[in-house]
Amino acid sequence: MSEQNTSMAKSSASAQPLVPIKSALPWLAAIAFLLFLPVVFPSGAALTIMNQMAMTIIFALAYNMLLGQAGMLSFGHAVYMGLGGFFCMHLLNQVEYNELYLPLPLLPVFGGLFGLFFAFLIGSFSTRRAGTVFAMISLGVGELIAACSIIIVVFFGGEEGVSGDRTMGPEVFGFDFASQQEVYYLTAIWLILAALGMYLFSRTPIGRIANAVRDNEERAEFLGYSQRNVRWISFCASGFFCGIAGALFAINFEILTEENLNLATSGSILLITFLGGVGFFIGPVIGAVVFTLLQTVLSLYTEIWQLYLGILFVLTVMFFPAGLTGLLAMHLRPWKLGKIGLLANPYAKMLAPALVLVGSGVALMEILFHARHASLGEEEMNLFGITFNSQDWLPTIVVVAIGAGAFYLVRLLAPQVKEAWDMANHAEGQ
Amino acid sequence: MMTQNAPNAIELRRLEKSFGLAKIIQGVDLAVEKGERHAIIGPNGAGKSTLFNLITGKYEPTAGQVYLHGQDVSGLKPFQINRMGLSRSFQITNIFPKMTVFENIRCGLLWSMGYKYSFWHLVNRQRGVSERAEEILEDINMVSRRDELAGVLTYAEQRALEIGITIAGGADIIMLDEPTAGMSASETTYMVDLIRKVTQDKTLIVVEHDMGVVFDLADRISVLVYGEIIATDTPQAVRENQTVQEAYLGSALEELH
Repeated sequence: MSEQNTSMAKSSASAQPLVPIKSALPWLAAIAFLLFLPVVFPSGAALTIMNQMAMTIIFALAYNMLLGQAGMLSFGHAVYMGLGGFFCMHLLNQVEYNELYLPLPLLPVFGGLFGLFFAFLIGSFSTRRAGTVFAMISLGVGELIAACSIIIVVFFGGEEGVSGDRTMGPEVFGFDFASQQEVYYLTAIWLILAALGMYLFSRTPIGRIANAVRDNEERAEFLGYSQRNVRWISFCASGFFCGIAGALFAINFEILTEENLNLATSGSILLITFLGGVGFFIGPVIGAVVFTLLQTVLSLYTEIWQLYLGILFVLTVMFFPAGLTGLLAMHLRPWKLGKIGLLANPYAKMLAPALVLVGSGVALMEILFHARHASLGEEEMNLFGITFNSQDWLPTIVVVAIGAGAFYLVRLLAPQVKEAWDMANHAEGQ
Repeated sequence: MMTQNAPNAIELRRLEKSFGLAKIIQGVDLAVEKGERHAIIGPNGAGKSTLFNLITGKYEPTAGQVYLHGQDVSGLKPFQINRMGLSRSFQITNIFPKMTVFENIRCGLLWSMGYKYSFWHLVNRQRGVSERAEEILEDINMVSRRDELAGVLTYAEQRALEIGITIAGGADIIMLDEPTAGMSASETTYMVDLIRKVTQDKTLIVVEHDMGVVFDLADRISVLVYGEIIATDTPQAVRENQTVQEAYLGSALEELH
């Protein structure tokens, strides 16, 4: 019988290609998408946003290697991206002034190694314990390094930071990386490499055992694994990919400052990862895309974009702890049951009142903000194409009335959505 | 049955454990031979689980030594002891609830099959691991539940899975902490058969409350009362032992009828 088994295994093995088409497809699609993106959005501003997105995606994916895969909550992860970036900035300066031979596309490798080195060093004591102890140490180390960046001016450049020039290195295939377009492709290639690396890491023995330690560290210990070493290795791997993101930051912006190391940056990567969903590999990607869009596009239209971001974050944590990806994944079951169509009608009905509700909430906050913070004598404000006096009570009253009406409609329609949801999730014969 | 110079699978020498002022284990001496099925019985609070935790490295002994195949392992960490060929299950089900049954078994295999902390293998591609995991699934009769999340299994299935994880690494000393606790009579019979099957040619140490199971399964029995072993002998001799009768078995055997 065992002979039969092995022969079966062999025949199925020979039929199996090196990389199954099904698992390669999303990656090929991602590569094609990244290649064509600059064709659709060729402007310099768009390229900058896309580059920033790519870096944030790598950083968030690396952060989720800890938070999602290994169950470690770090409050100071900007340190590894930031230090990787600072060292790369100094390397670029070595290239410029001391004729160090280093082709720019290889810089992220060094960024990764610097990130890895510091993760190894700091992880040696911070990963001894999980949970609150780890979180507190990460917070302390984060503050420490951020404070150092102000004090050690020689290395961190004080408040001005460290700047450099990416174009001074040797040309690679005729590219000197002076144009945004070239930097975009460099960043995109590294995005694919890093994301693929992190994806594959999650499927190695250590990646799987990191999940095991996250879920039940005691059991893992009794299976031969030191929980501390598993956390340490996960931490080092995360630091490596953070360093790659840091190097890309150095290449893109040609300057690093204290902001790259501080708690605000550490906090926003936690926010991004959680917003996207820690339970899914793709989660941080979605979080990073949404966050970068809000940060760059929304900030063009309103000064209080951070307030909206904060509200979005709080609502996500409260109502969709699995993140935006979790919200999408919820619809997989109705989809598989072939009942996703049942949701179309109630969703469509809900759309208008929900948008009006959000819109009136936004309007209310904008009016309040304008009334309180606009410079003296500037009482006219423009919102959704309507110009009015923000000091007047009337616009506020109108907005509140519209909002209340929309809220009433949302409440009225909610049971229909819920009913449709239950129907769509109900499998026959259950 | 055993040669004189082969070291015992497990040997405890004057083992003690205190929590604060409470002395839970008060100088236990015990030798379990290689290939023996040894049961530890005793009333609630006698220290059976504490003794288990001392042997497996969860607790550090206050005094005394634990020898594994003749090597002193007192004070070593659980993962170090596990790597020396000892594997245990838990009284309260201790599995990876968010992983599938197959992945649970695989977690138990990876270290012992030499993958350790590897980040240069893809687990799905390691045919040896997958085949071994499938074999274990067959051994514990859970092939049909292969892709279920462990957290949604029935209690009895989770207990069987826990046994599967425990034996997966191929340890030659298996320690089971109340494997049939909370099971119905038919589930218990099934579990005892399963344990007998998967621990063939291994050393088995089992803590158990069900006297039917104990007398059915064990070659020798130790009776632990208030942190001391008052008798270690064959089931028949323990049953007839006057001290044991008085201290514990009298009431426990009555429960059986």
